[in-house]
This record gives sequence, C-alpha cells and structure tokens, in this order.
Amino acid sequence: MEIPVLAWQGLVILAVFGITLLIATYSTYAERVVAAFLQDRVGPDRAGPYGLLQPLADAVKLFTKEEFFPSGANRWLFVFGPCLAMTTALMASAVIPFGNTLIFGNGTEIRLQAIEVNIGMLYVFGVVSLGVYGIMIGGWASNNKFSLLGAVRAAAQAVSYELAMGMALIALLMVTGTLSLREIALQQYNGLWNIVYQPLGFIIFCVCAFAETNRTPFDLPECETELVGGYHTEYSSMKMGLYLFAEYINVFVASAVMSTLYFGGFSFPGEHLLYDVLLKSQGELFAHNTVTILGTITLFAKIFFFIFFFMWVRWTLPRFRYDQLMRLGWTMLFPIAILNILLTGAFILLKPYIFG
Amino acid sequence: MQLTNRRKHIEKKPMTLMERAYLPSITKGMLITLKHFFSKKATIRYPEEQRPFSPTFRGLHVLKRDEQGRERCTACGLCAVACPAEAITMVAGERKKGEEKLYREEKYAVSYEINMLRCIFCGLCEEACPKAAIYLQADKMAPPRFERDEFIYGKDRLVEPVDPNARSQRGIQLTAEQAEALARRMAGMEA
Repeated sequence: MEIPVLAWQGLVILAVFGITLLIATYSTYAERVVAAFLQDRVGPDRAGPYGLLQPLADAVKLFTKEEFFPSGANRWLFVFGPCLAMTTALMASAVIPFGNTLIFGNGTEIRLQAIEVNIGMLYVFGVVSLGVYGIMIGGWASNNKFSLLGAVRAAAQAVSYELAMGMALIALLMVTGTLSLREIALQQYNGLWNIVYQPLGFIIFCVCAFAETNRTPFDLPECETELVGGYHTEYSSMKMGLYLFAEYINVFVASAVMSTLYFGGFSFPGEHLLYDVLLKSQGELFAHNTVTILGTITLFAKIFFFIFFFMWVRWTLPRFRYDQLMRLGWTMLFPIAILNILLTGAFILLKPYIFG
Repeated sequence: MQLTNRRKHIEKKPMTLMERAYLPSITKGMLITLKHFFSKKATIRYPEEQRPFSPTFRGLHVLKRDEQGRERCTACGLCAVACPAEAITMVAGERKKGEEKLYREEKYAVSYEINMLRCIFCGLCEEACPKAAIYLQADKMAPPRFERDEFIYGKDRLVEPVDPNARSQRGIQLTAEQAEALARRMAGMEA
C-alpha cells in the first residue's frame, strides 16, 4: 500500500515540476502578447499559429548565443548564480496544493500536492528568500561594479519587502491558525475566502509579492538606464535566460500562493451544492473527484488571472525611484502591516463579544 | 518675459491622503490600459497587408514614354533647374536619323541621372517639366540599397519599359475618380 501511494506522489511531483516549467515558458509568450495588446499592437504572431512557438524560438536564440565569461569573474559562482535562482524558484511550487484529493476505487487517496508539510508557508518563505542569493552571487561573480550595485539593490529590496510580507502573513495566520497551505485552502473550502477577512493584508502581500519577484513597478534590479542592466549585465545566452525564466517561475509561484492564501485556493463558489447534487445522483467517489478536478481548474484560472495581473501592472505603471521604493517598504507597508496585525488581533479578541 | 500665452502656473501642494495612497490612481491607470487591451489594434501585418499610400504620395521617379513608345524627355534641363536639392543631372544629345522611333523631339537626354541620396521628393521636377516626361510615381517607393553609388539612378532605372503593356500606368497623376477611390480606401483603413 505504501509504495503505490509514493509512486503516485512522485508522479504528482513530476507533474507539478512540468506544469511550473510549462506555465513559466508560456508566461514569456503571454507577457509579450499582453504587452502588445495593452499598447494596441498584436504581438508575436509569426512563429507558429498565433506565434505560439515563440518561446521555442526564444529558447533557440538564447541557447545559440555566445557564452561569455567576463575577465576576472569567478567562473564557478558565475554559473552557480543563475542555477541557484532557477532552483529556488522551482522549489517553491512544491508545497502548493493544486487541488484536493483524488480517491480511486480501491481507496487509494492521491493529494494533488507535491509535498504536504505542516509548515508550508514557512517553506515557501524560506525558499523564496534563498532566491536573493542567486541574484547576489550572480551580481558579485560578474566582476562588474554595475552588476554588483544592481545585485545589492535587488537584495536590499527583497529583504526589505520580505519583512512587510511576513507581517501581512502573520495577520493571516492569526485568522487561519495554521501554516499548512493545504489547511488554509481547505478552511476556505465551504466558507468565505480570506480576502474578506484580510483585505488590507492582501494588498500588502500583493505589493510585496511584486517587489519579491522583481516585477514592475519594483523592477529596480533591472534598471537599464541607471545600472546598464542590473545584476545580470554580464550574463549572456542561456544563463541570462535562466535568470529571466526564474522571474517567470517566481511570478507563477507568487500567483499560486496569493490564490491559495487569499482567494480560496482550489475552492469555487457553490462547490458544496454541486457535491450534494452529484452525491445523490452519481455516488460519493464521483462527486468527490469531480469537485476536486473542478477545483484544480478553478485554482489554475485564479493563478492565470494573477499572472495576467502581474503583466497588466507591469505595462501600466512606471518604475519607482530607489529611495521611493525603500520609503514605501519601510515607512508605509511595514507600519500598515503591523497595524493590520493589531486590528486582526483586536477583532479576534472582540469577536465573541460582538457576535455573541 | 513671457514668450507664449500657454504658460501654466503649477502649484506644488503636499499630496492629500488619497493621492498618497496611490491605489486609486493606480486603479484608474489600470482601467485605462485594460480598455486598450480590448481595443482594436492599429497594427498592419506588413508583408500580407499593406498600408495604402496617401493620395498626395510622391514616390520613385519615372521617365515616361509617349503613346508610340518614344521617350518624352527633351533634356531641356528645367527639372534640374527646378530641383532644390540639385539631384538631377543630364547630358543632352541630338537625335540622329533613324532614331525618330526612340525619341520624340530632336533633342534627347543621352544620360539622365537622379541622385536619390539628395532627392527630397518635392515633386518640383514634375511640375517644371514642359513635356510631361518625369513623374513621381504615386505608389512606388525608392527601394533601400546597400551601396551609396547604387543610389544614382540612371536612365536604365528611370525610363519606363518599351513594351506598351509593360508600361507603368502608375506615374500618371491620379484621375479625380481614382483619387476619390483611394481616399475612400484610406478612410476605411483608419476607421
């Protein structure tokens, strides 16, 4: 009994890995299409139908470009940087529950989640903060002061915003009482989504997620005008590609985390009703699995919306100045996040008195 | 001193809380971009679709022939005189016996060159020509080339082909109906 379950779980891990890569690949395509549409253009439409092979063309281009090592660069670290950025980005999607369980006829239960840990959210935070090393090492190993400056800025930004993000999350954890992403998703299964309890927290979390993934308006590390190209100035060919790719994976992970934490994860309105109807007509197994699959589809719809949202913001807002960025992080978001904690705490304490 | 009457007095007030919160303005901006997301695209997919030239477009020069296939140009040099960019040079020659089928008048251009690097496509040569010989075609652009000397257009490139069927109709100024049809097409593109 033990081994088949493990095998299934391995399959889920592979699937999550593959889906993450696939979505990140097509995010690059979507980014270009969204950018074009928002600017009244049509975007890539030459490679394949509707330009769908564009990511492939991009990959071929990146792979065939010249590999370049700047003189005086630390070769090992220079290669290690993008690898680390990519690895940490890919690791984070492991704990995201992409759906409830699938139950088979013989009672085998498969969780649509690569690994279930009861500290899921801490794991995501830990892994995401490791991503800073990828940037920092890459910038340092380039032996270029602009790269180093870009890397320092990126690292400072990531660390600063992680703080407010964590604080926003603490308020959420006070509501949910668990760190397990699966638990948080299940709590919202037949009730209100967390966005209702934590609107302020969500806004803070969302802004910080933008900063964490180095997306506009917080894409300071990639400031072409001031820093040539930021931390990846000296990178060429696929090493550069890995950095850019890692950003898209991060966007996917951030979207998935936001959907799970604040927008009900794999729950959709009316699932309870649907379950009851199917239970009466088709039996328990069918009802459960149908709701699960629909839930997974819903979650992906939410994730895609957030990925679109990331792009939408990117092609609307201009970039922050660095001092503005730091001021926003430390003097606005951080105090607001703490205020949010206090409000949440007060609400939890007063709830019995207000609602009886 | 005031140079224009468009000066605007800008007051630098401290931002209100609403303005400092940023989010309302961000929402406004995002709604604007979202509107553009669904709006009609202005792109013309070039090789498949082509933008029609405007009715006043002046393109590549052509030296016309007359109804019998003779070169109209008599090398009077008025075009060269009219040319503000001094792009046109020509050498005049006398028509020999037996060449009546080739040239319409007793005098013709032995060589006729336009330097496309100098030409500003103003169309003054066309206006100056008393023999209706040179036209700037209404739908043909001077093609890009790699070498500078390739931009000196000689008679080999300027004079239209002998075969009446192969002759360009395009150099001739648009008739009133044609211009109207073109204007309609343009209006259709813009709508």
